[in-house]
Amino acid sequence: MQMPIPNADVISRKSQIVARLRQVLPAHAVIDDVVETRAYECDGLSAYRCPPLCAVLPASTEEVAAVLKICHDMNVPVVPRGSGTSLAGGAMPTADSVILGVAKLNDVLETDYNDRIIRVQTGRTNLSVTGAVEEGGFFYAPDPSSQLACAIAGNIAMNSGGAHCLKYGVTTNNLLGVTMVMMDGTILEIGGAHLDAGGLDLLGVICGSEGQLGVVTEATLRILHKPEGARPVLMGFNSSEVAGACVSDIIKAGVLPVAIEFMDRPCIEVCEAFAKAGYPMCEALLIVEVEGSDAEIDEQLAKIMTIAKTHNPVELREAKTADEAGRIWLGRKSAFGAMGQVNDYMCLDGTIPVSALPEVLRRIQELSKEFGLDVGNVFHAGDGNMHPLILYNANEPGQLELCEAMGAEILKVCVEVGGCLTGEHGVGIEKRDLMLVQFDPVDLDAQMAIKDVFDPKWLLNPAKVFPLASSESRRAA
Amino acid sequence: MTPKNETEISEAIVSAKGPLRILGGGTRPIGKPIVGEALSTAGLSGISLYEPGALTLVAQAGTPLAEIEATLDVENQRLAFEPMDHRGLLGTTGASTIGGVVAANVSGPRRIAVGACRDFMLGVRFVDGAGQIIKNGGRVMKNVTGYDLVKLLSGSFGTLGVLTEVSLKVLPKPETTATLCIHDQSVAQAVAAMSAALGSPFEITGAAHVTDARKTLLRIEGFAKSIAYRTEQLQNLLKAFGAVDVVTEQNPWPDIANVTGFAGVTDDIWRISVRPSAAPAAVAALPATSRTMLDWGGGLIWATAPQGTDLRANLAAFKGHATLIRGTADVPTFHPEPAPLAAITAGLRAKFDPRGILNSGMMS
Repeated sequence: MQMPIPNADVISRKSQIVARLRQVLPAHAVIDDVVETRAYECDGLSAYRCPPLCAVLPASTEEVAAVLKICHDMNVPVVPRGSGTSLAGGAMPTADSVILGVAKLNDVLETDYNDRIIRVQTGRTNLSVTGAVEEGGFFYAPDPSSQLACAIAGNIAMNSGGAHCLKYGVTTNNLLGVTMVMMDGTILEIGGAHLDAGGLDLLGVICGSEGQLGVVTEATLRILHKPEGARPVLMGFNSSEVAGACVSDIIKAGVLPVAIEFMDRPCIEVCEAFAKAGYPMCEALLIVEVEGSDAEIDEQLAKIMTIAKTHNPVELREAKTADEAGRIWLGRKSAFGAMGQVNDYMCLDGTIPVSALPEVLRRIQELSKEFGLDVGNVFHAGDGNMHPLILYNANEPGQLELCEAMGAEILKVCVEVGGCLTGEHGVGIEKRDLMLVQFDPVDLDAQMAIKDVFDPKWLLNPAKVFPLASSESRRAA
Repeated sequence: MTPKNETEISEAIVSAKGPLRILGGGTRPIGKPIVGEALSTAGLSGISLYEPGALTLVAQAGTPLAEIEATLDVENQRLAFEPMDHRGLLGTTGASTIGGVVAANVSGPRRIAVGACRDFMLGVRFVDGAGQIIKNGGRVMKNVTGYDLVKLLSGSFGTLGVLTEVSLKVLPKPETTATLCIHDQSVAQAVAAMSAALGSPFEITGAAHVTDARKTLLRIEGFAKSIAYRTEQLQNLLKAFGAVDVVTEQNPWPDIANVTGFAGVTDDIWRISVRPSAAPAAVAALPATSRTMLDWGGGLIWATAPQGTDLRANLAAFKGHATLIRGTADVPTFHPEPAPLAAITAGLRAKFDPRGILNSGMMS
């Protein structure tokens, strides 16, 4: 993965930069020791590493503003970091950058069940937002797989999704307001506890901007009352076409499940060997979950099973109890761990129109043969967000590159059939150089024009999202 | 001008000698009247893709809203954000277009449950003020590839670009709808009742209070058995507020969505967005003669005010914003922004419309 050549001038000024930062932060909040900065050398895309110039851990919005103003004035790039769980390299540093971690900003500032909002500092983890409102019976809906560790700051930067988006939407649909610090230290307040922020939808463009427009330090989030209950049904089919048709029929029938998860045979086999969840050995497995009271769940599951039966499933298993529900989810929830036991893997994240599913699965299998790497598919079928897992051996020279090349081909297929490169992980550095597969230069220019307004010097997370050649003139300016 | 396609729109913008007034169906003349040559999207019409099983629809911006709704109806689907029809309130005629709905980010009572128009937007194609044809987003439900200009363009009232094509997520229509009514509620009681209902697991899809009639209305949608169950649960949950009746007469929600209760009044009409719990105090701060109606559980207040009143002065203590939807007051239509936000807004306009010719001044 190509990264820009670090700015030697910035690196040569390290001691001055650190000294200035120590003027506005407590000594322990500025980490410049070469051993300690290694803790920040990568994120969840751990194949790529580079220790930053230094790392800072501000404890308030004002401290974030002070840090950014110093870096702005001294022309130092800044890479914001939530919990560092990005699978796309969104928080990967460069040698000339200051890592700005929000981990110390983790307070709950306000909870209001009447207005159904919570306001938090953004270093707080996703799951602990729900933890803060659970006693009131509420939850925060977006649930990325990394929710135990990932921070709201990163969720906002990447517009994170999760398994339950079909019903509840992704981060952008649940974000009502932010306090954000721009690169020059200006503090912005956008939106709040009211439902629609006024003026242009800046909240909409900030969410998913991968930390390139500002550092969000506080967020007002929509919370919802938990449903009375939820139960899944498991169904197995002899072809992915039939499974895809079944998903389409369920949606057309007016049932809106909270989750529809899909696994293909390679994935079923690995998960079953690992978790022994009792999955049928078949070409395609669906887990469809619905919510409500017991009676409501029964009614919805009955409708879903009636539809499923018209597609001649090889297995159809309704969870009647919490234990049965747990067993149905067991294999799916251990999918990534199970795959990891078998081999190293790369998890892709392209989205496709649901109708293109059979074609895309077939072409992935063709690519698998061509590249000689196995692929398992597990994904959110309701919204077409695929997660092909390409298995490779990281210790074998050349395999990572081969895997990346195959991943790129799969993502090109996703775009070709009308989908996109990334559904919920973000572009980061991982998909940066594929952006021109999906966009024309004029489309990327329009996006970069937004960064020009928020960060005219292109100092915030500059080497991400846009192909380096596309952003070069701006980064050099 | 009525260009026939995207390229012609681009050419019209490139060759424009002065300001342009972007027209969809012309049913929502919100904002400062624009001086300029009319540029209509009526020539760009038609649904280019509809996949009911994928809950996706793509249409040219000038497609009449009625055509989209009729097409969705055949498959028992709908635009779940329930776009408001402004014609009654604003005294306009003509046919609303989907591009106009998106440009104004028009939503209705169901916004409280499912989100606004912008939350259903999957993709856009538009022509910016330099005539460049730009696409963003796409036709799939989960997409974080690059910056989200789809949201930025939604609700930008044609000031950043002329929408030429929009992709939307659609949803199934429910089998059954029921409306519950609590009578004789003050605004404070109504907001408390609506908050209790919206904070329950019973999936309220509309929560409004008709202040004149002192009626609080709650909507639930879904399968028949579920409606029966939730009706009973809500009646029990809300019994402290009084009897909770099931409304059997005409469906009250179109009138709430379209604010038809204020259609004939001569006063100015304001749309106020506050946190729901602030609604009772905000209503109390309005002029004595103001009439109000609350939607979104109290988060959206529709208010009348004597002609020329600057309601923002009354509401200075509240966070949120107020828009002058119809009226004579010599005030900005949209709520003035704090300086740093105004600077960003101006910066974005300068990038997307460097000559300042697209609906220039409309959002001021």
